Amino acid sequence: MGEVLKVGIAELKVAKAPVNLSSAGLGSCVGICLYDPRARIGGLAHIMLPDSNQARNSVNKAKFANTAVPVLVSEMLKLGAVKERIIAKIAGGAQMFVFPGASDFMRIGERNVDATKKALAEEKIPLAAQDTGGNYGRTIELCTTTGKLYIRTIEHGEKFI
Amino acid sequence: MVKDFQSLTNFQLDALREIGNIGAGNAATALSELIGERVDMGVPHIDVRHFSEVPEIVGGSESFVASIYIKISGSAPGEILLLFPVEDAKQLLCILLKEHSILSRQTFDPLESSALMEVGNILAGSFLNALATITSLKYIPSVPGFCADMAGAILGAVLHDLGIMGDHVLYIKTDLRFQATKHVGGYLFFLPEAESLETILNTLGVNS
Repeated sequence: MGEVLKVGIAELKVAKAPVNLSSAGLGSCVGICLYDPRARIGGLAHIMLPDSNQARNSVNKAKFANTAVPVLVSEMLKLGAVKERIIAKIAGGAQMFVFPGASDFMRIGERNVDATKKALAEEKIPLAAQDTGGNYGRTIELCTTTGKLYIRTIEHGEKFI
Repeated sequence: MVKDFQSLTNFQLDALREIGNIGAGNAATALSELIGERVDMGVPHIDVRHFSEVPEIVGGSESFVASIYIKISGSAPGEILLLFPVEDAKQLLCILLKEHSILSRQTFDPLESSALMEVGNILAGSFLNALATITSLKYIPSVPGFCADMAGAILGAVLHDLGIMGDHVLYIKTDLRFQATKHVGGYLFFLPEAESLETILNTLGVNS
């Protein structure tokens, strides 16, 4: 196993092969993985909220879907990635708790996924694969050599997308 | 105005620690009455941390935990999250339901999750009662939600509401331990919203 950079909640990091990127325990949060297959450069953002405009404090760009994607792209470009080659894979956006009469607030996972897709579309980055929704947590690792995204859960098996 | 949890003074943290102490003490007493055994409480730990550090407090993002989540509305909104490592939750259920086959499975059936939600209800209710008495504020707990999964996934789902305010979270953590033959430990997190913290500090007369 090579080196793996851990990306915590509301953080983002970029890496070049053979250094992989991983995020543990994504619930309603979304792991946004960007990848340039030619340069073998990857980026991973662990966002927890859809939109920085709804927040009182939006200093941390990695926390929001709409601000994390552009920052992730520019960090990857600094490493040598080419914008036109970048593809995206996303995972997470689950609904962990189910309440009777759940309000909008409880659908945060779904809203995070929607906002992520919108942010990717604005940057014209194609979404190559996704594993989102459900009611369970996910741990992910982006292999920067192959571009494969490994997903592990407690009761719902593991897979590559 | 409490702009950021990081700007709290030691004096203010002490006041909050005392709230945690009394609240958790009440919760422990209530639980002790429910299960008919002695429940001990550790010294409450109050801390301000960055979001990314919170999962480490309960053993890492991937650790398998059972959790009960209660949202608080009223004059000082916030959240209460109870976390038990899965083995501890199973031990607790053994004490509650007197059924030893519970220990052989990792998952929670509807009776078990329901029993744990009731524990959450009682603990949160007694905690809020203490808080209401001290602060003369009104707290209305929601119906509890239950989830057994990775700690990071659960914390992320709970913390997002507080994430709108800033990057740091204030929590009061209390260990509850049972004087049964087996040791059962758990965490009670009290997570006030930034504005609620302001309200609470004002009623305590420790807001500068």
